Amino acid sequence: MWSFRVRGGVKLQYHKELSSEKAVVPMPLPRRLYLPLQQHIGAPALPVVVVGDTVLKGQLIAKAAPGLSAPVHASSSGTVVAIEEYVAPHPSGLRQKTIVIDTDGQDRWAELPKPITDDFPLGVTPAELNSRVAAAGIVGMGGAAFPSAVKLDLKSRYQLDTLLINGAECEPYLTCDDRLMREEAAAVIDGVRILAYALEVQSVVFAIERNKPQALAAIREAARVEPWIKVMALPTRFPMGSERHLVLACTGRETPSRKLTADIGVVVHNVATARAVARTVRSGEPLISRVVTVSGRGIREPANINVPLGTLVEDLLVFCGGLHPVPHKLIGGGPMMGAPLPSVQVPVVKGTSGVLALTADEVNDGAESPCIRCGSCVSACPCGLVPLEMAQLVRRGDLQGAQAIGLQDCVSCGSCSFICPSHIPLSHYFNFAKGQLGALDRDSRRQDRIRSLIQARNERAAREAEAKKAAAAARKAAKAAAAAASAAAPVDTPASQLEEST
Amino acid sequence: MITMATRAGPFTHTVNSISRTMLWVMAALLPATAYGLWLFGWPAIFLLVITLATALAAEALMLKLLGQPVRARLADGSALLTGWLLALSLPPWAPWWIGFLGALVAIVLGKHLFGGLGQNMFNPAMVARIVLLISFPVQLTVWVAPAPLGSANAPSFSQALTYVAGHSTLPEHMSAATSLGVLKTEHSRGISVAKTTEQLPPPEQLAIGREPGSMGETSAGLLLAGGLLLLALRIISWHIPLAMLGTLATLALVSNALDPSRFAAMPIHLLSGATLLGAFFIATDYVTSPVSRSGQLLFGAGIGALTWVIRSLGAYPEGVAFAVVLMNAMVPLIDRGFRPRVFGRSRRGQSLDTKKPKIPL
Ligand code: SF4
Ligand code: SF4
Repeated sequence: MWSFRVRGGVKLQYHKELSSEKAVVPMPLPRRLYLPLQQHIGAPALPVVVVGDTVLKGQLIAKAAPGLSAPVHASSSGTVVAIEEYVAPHPSGLRQKTIVIDTDGQDRWAELPKPITDDFPLGVTPAELNSRVAAAGIVGMGGAAFPSAVKLDLKSRYQLDTLLINGAECEPYLTCDDRLMREEAAAVIDGVRILAYALEVQSVVFAIERNKPQALAAIREAARVEPWIKVMALPTRFPMGSERHLVLACTGRETPSRKLTADIGVVVHNVATARAVARTVRSGEPLISRVVTVSGRGIREPANINVPLGTLVEDLLVFCGGLHPVPHKLIGGGPMMGAPLPSVQVPVVKGTSGVLALTADEVNDGAESPCIRCGSCVSACPCGLVPLEMAQLVRRGDLQGAQAIGLQDCVSCGSCSFICPSHIPLSHYFNFAKGQLGALDRDSRRQDRIRSLIQARNERAAREAEAKKAAAAARKAAKAAAAAASAAAPVDTPASQLEEST
Repeated sequence: MITMATRAGPFTHTVNSISRTMLWVMAALLPATAYGLWLFGWPAIFLLVITLATALAAEALMLKLLGQPVRARLADGSALLTGWLLALSLPPWAPWWIGFLGALVAIVLGKHLFGGLGQNMFNPAMVARIVLLISFPVQLTVWVAPAPLGSANAPSFSQALTYVAGHSTLPEHMSAATSLGVLKTEHSRGISVAKTTEQLPPPEQLAIGREPGSMGETSAGLLLAGGLLLLALRIISWHIPLAMLGTLATLALVSNALDPSRFAAMPIHLLSGATLLGAFFIATDYVTSPVSRSGQLLFGAGIGALTWVIRSLGAYPEGVAFAVVLMNAMVPLIDRGFRPRVFGRSRRGQSLDTKKPKIPL
């Protein structure tokens, strides 16, 4: 089906075997937790605790900011020791406001919202469910970290009919979703039903790539109770998990450029998100942990770990027996779309699906050679772009030209860079160019604003000058009139006075 | 400036590289080449060595002059492949200076004058072949009858040296003509093509390749095997070869059916001359062919059509080199016109409309 609906894509070396047979294990509680206020797309959350406060597991420590945002909860009990700038898990190495908690080792729970345990139909309205999901701080756990409640609310603005559950997990190495589907199929399916209920859609498609036969079987089995959930086995091809391509492969609908999948009636949620929703609804627990795959040949013991959010990557690596040859690259997420981690001192956040320590031969960085126009990048691009040409334009600094041939339609999947025999970092160029265009855009908006301000000022000045002139003219006219009147008056003016007035 | 300091992903890469690609192409050429060397003996071996050495030396010199990393670029194998392809397309007993000049033209004129690897508009080997054909028509149309190594006719090492050095001319009994050449000359003398065809080697023999012709072009079967290997390895895609061979075959079939006294039969077109070498190894040259699949189909079809036109209606018996170079010139145009459709946009680039989904679930 991929073969005739979706073009492009690449065949990868998946390396999933490193961790796919490792059942999810719990992470021992770390001594310190670092919870950044921004673990999602949108505005950073606002702290509701101060340094010195004692907090309990699951307690709200930062509330959602107005607009697009998500709250943050304490992932264990302890004391808030700092609210300060701390390195974020982002390649820039930039710092951001982070709540630091010294754990007390007791892992005491706060009082949680009352669980909703009724079978379907649930005893709550979809709107109430939404606010619970919002309050639990759940965000898309496939990597994009879009606040889930906002996605559930799309039905107020779009005509939705289908919920698509993304269990593709097309990134190499990552097996956290695979394990989740195998080990907690029932909870995942329960979450899917809750999501469908909240979205009020009639049809649900659960998509899993064929390279996860056990997950497929487990989900099929669990979904037997709900025959309207259609479980689909997808061919293994990168980037199958890309939202738009997944929608096309599963529903035959193509999302228009620069639009949302909601525009064609489909909402996509990740499997881990579905499980988190089920947790929140069934036990009242907010999003305070997630399953993370720690893998790569630079890791002594690859594993799937249920990690309290805020745990440092360093603690995670130690738990996995440490690094064994010194790895070449440390990556957060998958090797295709993930980002290098600035240090091991960064915390696991809601969107962290993997921590990979890759050795030099896994990364295979080659020196860049000239483009030989082999066209591999063109056949690989799932978006129908011509990467070699776009890269040429970007290199020349012609961003408008690159935009004209589709730069903004690039989903940064990295397939083109992966396949290029000349090792040209194509997607790097495109990310760079998109960043530049964004900056230019902001710049031009600012310039527009400045221009309009200047114009307003000029107009005001002109108006004032006009008014002054008019006033002066009026005064002159009045004076002239007065002079005329006095001249007309049959009074003899002394010659000395006349001279003075001229 | 684009910096690589925080270079984004992907952090994994195919094992593919330029040199790997070039090496596989040469590996695929090996059977046909080995057969050609055996068939035409020492003079052919000298010719290959001369073109390869000249191509490498010219490449190194140009890289040095242009201030590029000599070792790394030489190792990519592109110059070697150019020299190799040129040798395969030359008359097997050509004098040394033909190979030398050809390789020089290919690398300096055909490649580096355009800006080096990836920048050249025309296939360097074909440019060289055409320049040679136009400048030295006599030397480029001297063909020999097969004289396999070890056979009675085969020249010895020292005899071969004198031929290649240009000190002695071909023995009378060795000179021969290619199938396409015979057809052309006989036709110009007013003899029906159908009649001439009867005296030519039958298709089975053309497939094996034991006939006069360019050094590496005679064995259609071995070239096809190499081409299939490249297809299987996905180093080339089927679009260009199939479009080219399909078009040529169709035109040959139709024209031959309409007027067999004037137009050669389909097997002759497909199995002789540079057809198969061209279809799998020359027209598919990445640098000088379109990058999109639809563009490649048009490009291949264009070469097939032009090859037939030149062979059947033009002055030269051989048309592949000219056809390839002519279509090379069209590539920028084709690339402009044949982009894939962008996801979520119509062919004309507009965003698809969001009306109610067409396919209900
Ligand atoms: S990164 Fe962009 S240009 Fe490259 S293959 Fe993916 S969508 Fe196409
Ligand atoms: S894959 Fe690389 S070498 Fe091939 S056309 Fe694209 S940019 Fe050029």
